[in-house]
Amino acid sequence: MANPKIDLKNLKAGGFIKERGKDLFTVRLRVPGGRLSVDRLAKIAQVAQKYGKGYVHLSVRQSIELINIHFADFDTVVAELGEEQQKVASCGARVRVPTACGGCEYNPNGLVDTQKAALEVDAKLFGTATGHHKFKVCFAGCPFDCPKSAINDVGFQGAIWPKLDAGACIGCGLCAKSCTEGALAMGEDGNPVFTGENCIYCGDCVKVCPTSAWEVEKRGYSVRIGGKWGRRPLVGTLYATFLPEEKAVDFIAAVLAWYQEKAEGAGRVRLGDIIMREGTASLLERLRQDFAEYLLEETIPPQVIDTQLPLRAQEEKTCKR
Amino acid sequence: MQTVDLRGVTCPTNFVKAKLELEEVEVGATVEFLLDDGEPVKNVPRSLKADGHKLLGLKETNGYYVLTLEKAE
Repeated sequence: MANPKIDLKNLKAGGFIKERGKDLFTVRLRVPGGRLSVDRLAKIAQVAQKYGKGYVHLSVRQSIELINIHFADFDTVVAELGEEQQKVASCGARVRVPTACGGCEYNPNGLVDTQKAALEVDAKLFGTATGHHKFKVCFAGCPFDCPKSAINDVGFQGAIWPKLDAGACIGCGLCAKSCTEGALAMGEDGNPVFTGENCIYCGDCVKVCPTSAWEVEKRGYSVRIGGKWGRRPLVGTLYATFLPEEKAVDFIAAVLAWYQEKAEGAGRVRLGDIIMREGTASLLERLRQDFAEYLLEETIPPQVIDTQLPLRAQEEKTCKR
Repeated sequence: MQTVDLRGVTCPTNFVKAKLELEEVEVGATVEFLLDDGEPVKNVPRSLKADGHKLLGLKETNGYYVLTLEKAE
């Protein structure tokens, strides 16, 4: 019999996770992009001290989890956290809290404002029920890709396309030396030569240039879709390049709508597996309606990673060879 | 012109040393820094530029780099 004092609305989006032992739950807090003010941190610490175990756990997706919360304390915990300042996160078949790297305000590697994007996605799409399975989004500020865009359902990676102001170039050769992709070399005339087809949009040339002769011509996101980790990992593949930062939310919403529709009746299946079943062309076609100028002509299905388990499957493979 | 040899000094100590040296110099003066190839030459010029100094030149000689800059405010 449910405790009549508990407000069940608080449980609706998830974020209250049953623990071992009687009546105890983990309360997962919503920290989009992993950034929170010191004031909020202090508040969380206070509540954790009062109702929890004396420690918190940092989830691998940047949420703070309060441990050993008695279910009878749910409402007070939520109230004391201050629902406006610190919301409870989600679990289950929903759009999860987006993760992000530090972004570009203080991190010299960041090419785009991933923190802003994470907050926007959190505000507009967090908790949306997919009807099928979880749906994870991340924002990486550059191709170092610390948030791991290829193992999210939709993963964004900051990108820039460079442009040379030849008049400002002093021919020092640092750009060519810094480019690890073979997209830049020094020509015989002592000026840099750019081979665009080798560029992965990392912006190292712009970052290293001592005179700012290399400038940003285009900025946006490389977008990968269909990744996941877990028991059966899939690496997501590229669908769009230089998607403008302000279009990220609409892009995710379009992918989500396709997933909700195509996974109908499939049960608890992630986006990547639905793409494997439906083919990449169907998703590309849907996205082309609103994002044509950023979309690739074609792409490859999510890439299956061999986990080597179960071992029997490995033996069979070896025998076949 | 003053020359500051930062070869053999790793990041970010080389940048901090360059800043300390620049504190002793008049605004508008030209200073030369000797920097190792690799991370130092990728990081130090960029960081000094971000501090507002005017970079005048960067040349490779005998396996190291000579950075010339004009001190700003």
